Parts: sequence; structure tokens; C-alpha cells
Amino acid sequence: MTRVYVAGVGMTKIGRHFDKGFLDLTAESAFKAIDDAGGIEPEAIVVTNMMSSRLNEQDSLGAYIAAGLGFRGKPAFKVEAACGSGGAGVYNAYLMVRSGLFNAVLVVGVEKMTDYPTSTVTAALAQAADAEYELFYGASFTGLNALMMRYYMEKHGVTRDEMSEWPVMMHSNAVSNPYAQFRRKITKEDVAKSQVVADPIRLLDSSPIGDGSAAVLLVSEELAKKMPNKPDVYIAGAWMAVDTVELTNRESLDRIPAARIAAEKAYKMAGLEPKDIDVIEIHDAFTVNGIMLLEELGFAPYGKAAKLLNEGRFHPGDRPTANPSGGLKARGHPVGTTGVYQVAEVAMQLRGDFPGLRVDGAEAGLTTNMGGDGSSLSVHILRKT
Amino acid sequence: MPLSISPARVWREREPRYRLVGKRCKKCGAIIYPPRPACPHCGSRDLEDVELPRTGTVETYTIIYTVMDGFRHKAPLPIAIVRLDNGLDNGARVLAPLTDIDPEEIKTGMRVEAVLRRIKQDGEHGLIAYGVAFRPVLSEPRK
Ligand SMILES: [Zn+2]
Repeated sequence: MTRVYVAGVGMTKIGRHFDKGFLDLTAESAFKAIDDAGGIEPEAIVVTNMMSSRLNEQDSLGAYIAAGLGFRGKPAFKVEAACGSGGAGVYNAYLMVRSGLFNAVLVVGVEKMTDYPTSTVTAALAQAADAEYELFYGASFTGLNALMMRYYMEKHGVTRDEMSEWPVMMHSNAVSNPYAQFRRKITKEDVAKSQVVADPIRLLDSSPIGDGSAAVLLVSEELAKKMPNKPDVYIAGAWMAVDTVELTNRESLDRIPAARIAAEKAYKMAGLEPKDIDVIEIHDAFTVNGIMLLEELGFAPYGKAAKLLNEGRFHPGDRPTANPSGGLKARGHPVGTTGVYQVAEVAMQLRGDFPGLRVDGAEAGLTTNMGGDGSSLSVHILRKT
Repeated sequence: MPLSISPARVWREREPRYRLVGKRCKKCGAIIYPPRPACPHCGSRDLEDVELPRTGTVETYTIIYTVMDGFRHKAPLPIAIVRLDNGLDNGARVLAPLTDIDPEEIKTGMRVEAVLRRIKQDGEHGLIAYGVAFRPVLSEPRK
């Protein structure tokens, strides 16, 4: 079966793009990715996005973006898995190329969040949860993650101060990333003093609202061989797993079992173990997500990730380095495209041309993108040839 | 923004939402709430209705300050996951607001009971949607 290469990547800076709509943002990232791949024309387009229907009153998004970017007549569709849409879209494109039916598939994610007041965006994001048994009661998305964060901290005896190490590291990592929404350092004191959004989650535990677009062009081995500059990064393992959307039907509130399942499958496909991974870009929409994912992905024992983080693990210089981009917390989280940013960033880390904090000599990297509070998980493992 | 409450949609959920009717899996014994057509633990379709107890213990909670559209008048809004008294290790959980309590008095492990409360309303004169909320147990001595 054909190997699937990452032939091109493109990103926009994340932030408040009041002057740019869906087509402006996607044109920037998609054309960058295509040019990065030496101008290869995609045979199909996968658009990833969460909230275009609810917030931007735009459906038909596959057609709208693909045709708008000059790809009339080609297959195109939108992939939605809430905040995990980006990773789910890359996984779909991977399957399309791996199947042998397509030699070049463009994944382009986009989200426009800043045109509306926070309460409207909060209500739209909350649709990631169960409409009848969570959303109905006013349980916001932050609220649901707060339920998990309190449970995790109380069960494992983790303090506020220990949890704060995550956002502090994220902000520090993002300082040199030109695509990041926030490029300023914060302290644990800043986190502790920031506004309570949904107790115990504070503003500086939460990823920001922002607009952005990222794209990756995936190609088959057959096509890669014909390229003048053959790409040297490929997807060695990829898997997706889902869980109950509603929290109450899960076995435990401090676990993300779908992440463990997707990761185990992806490691097996790649023939790698957690100790072989040099760099990771993982989903930290909230502090507790990053901490719990370190455990589910096999990088820390159950209940111990925050402790290890405070001992210096996962910081720049350590392996794996976690979220050198700054993660969702500081690079930003334009929800439906975040998973595409992660794959683009790790591909650049392996190529050695990521423009921010670099993990020198990285040979293998992993991304994890999560939809809902653990209901749609995708894992991609990238390797250098 | 109007909430546009659909009477049919509220009516459809009447058994699970107001009477706390869940499912018991006949294969693995798990209690499922909200009910699903297949068991989330073993995949079995052999399920039976079970009316859940209306008392339980707060397993975890949050107090939401940044509320969604339609809940502004309720801020700060306390929401809990309550582990019901099923007499089983895997007693069902219910997610619902906490009511009749000062947010500062909420604690993990506190005993609560289900009551009916107004959850949201379509404008000032529109439809009202009710739901279950949990309040501190009045019939048991406070710890
Ligand atoms: Zn079962």
C-alpha cells in the first residue's frame, strides 16, 4: 500500500481577522500549501470546520471553499467533528490517498469566530456536547471541562499551582511562533488571578477565541517520487476513535479512553512507541485536556502528568517536547482547523523549518486533536524518511 | 435571541428527563443514563427500562460564570454530575443544575435529591422548558 506524504503546508496567523472572510483565510493557507508542494494540483479537497452553519450562516462549505479557490468539478466536502474537525479531516484525506484512489488531496481547515459576541460563540461551541442532556441545562463547553478538571484534581491530589505549569509553558513556547495568537509570557500567579470562567477553569486555562486557517497537501508515494523536491515527511500511523458525547455514560471522568485507543492503533501502524516520539502537538483547549492527554498517549503514568510537567518534563529540550507551537492555549484554537495546524506544525518540525521554537533533530512526531470533551479523537504519527 | 423551544422535542424526552428513566443492560448490568439504543459498555441491544433513584451524591461540580445565551439570568450557574444511589458500583450518573443552595456551600460528596425546576423560557411570555435539578437532601441529617 502507498505511503502518504505531507508534500506541502500553509497557515495563517491566528487572531482577530475582522478584514478577512472564509475565502480570504483559506486562500492564504491553501495556496501556501500548494506552492510549498511545488504547485501540485489537488485532485480532491477536504474542508474542515465546526461552526460555519451556526455562526456564519454558511453551509455547502465544501463547495463554497473548493470552488472559490478554483477547484470547480472536483470532489470536495466538509468534515465536522466539533473541535476535532481538523484532525478528522486529515484522517479522511489520509484514507483517500492510502486507498489508492487519489494521488493528491488538499485538507484546508477554517474557522471564523471573532465576528460575534462571546455568549453567542460560547453557545455555538457548546453544541459539541449532548444537546438534550448537557446543552439543555446550560452546561457550557468550559463547564463540562471544568467538571473533569475538578474530578481529576481532587482524585489525584493535584494543586492549582501544579496545573498552572501547563499554560505558563504554552505561553512561553509561543513567544517565537509567528502564527501564534498570543506571544507573551505569563506566570502561575497570572493564571491564579485570572477571571473564573467555570470554576475551577480560569481564563488562562482556556484557549482563546480566534480566526484562522491551516492547510496540508497529502500525496501518494507514486506522486512524491515524481516531484523535483521529494517530500521527506510521511504519515506513518493514523487512527480515529469516538466515545459517548455525554460524559455521564463514561466509565471515569478523569480519562479520555478514545485517545488511548486511537494512539495505540497509530503507534502500532507506525511501529513506534511513546519513547520514540520527539515532538508532540496535543489538544489543550483547556489545561486539563493537555494534562490528561499526556497520560492517555503513554507519556506519563495515570494521574502523574502534572507532577512530571512541574519537574521539567515535556519542556523545550526534553523529549517529547510538548506543543512547541504554544498549543491551543497560546498558538490559538480556531476550533475546526486546529487539527490541521498541528499536522502542519509537526511536519515542519521534522523538515526542520518550523519558524518558531524548534525541536532539533526530530525524527518522529505525534498530533492529537479532540472533538467535544473526549468524544472524537484523532491521532497522527509523522516520520521523516 | 429567542430560544425557540419545540414542544415535541421536550415531550419526546419526558420519560428520561422528568422521571429519570434510564436503561439497564441485561448483558453486562450497566445502568445507562441518558438512555441509548445500545449499551455504551458492551454494545448489547438487550436493554430494559429502569426508573432511577432520585437521590445521590455530587461526584463533581462546576460553577459557570460565563454562561451561554439564554442563561444570563441564572449566572453564576452551578452544574453537577450526580452519582445516583443505585446500590451498585456503577450507579448511573446524571448531569443537572444544582438548586436551592449558595454556590459557596457546594462540595464534592454532598447528598442531593432531584426536584423539578424551570430551565429555560422562550422570551417573557413564551414556552417554558422544565427539567431536573438537584438540591441538598432535606430528609437526611446534614453532615
Ligand atoms: Zn452492556
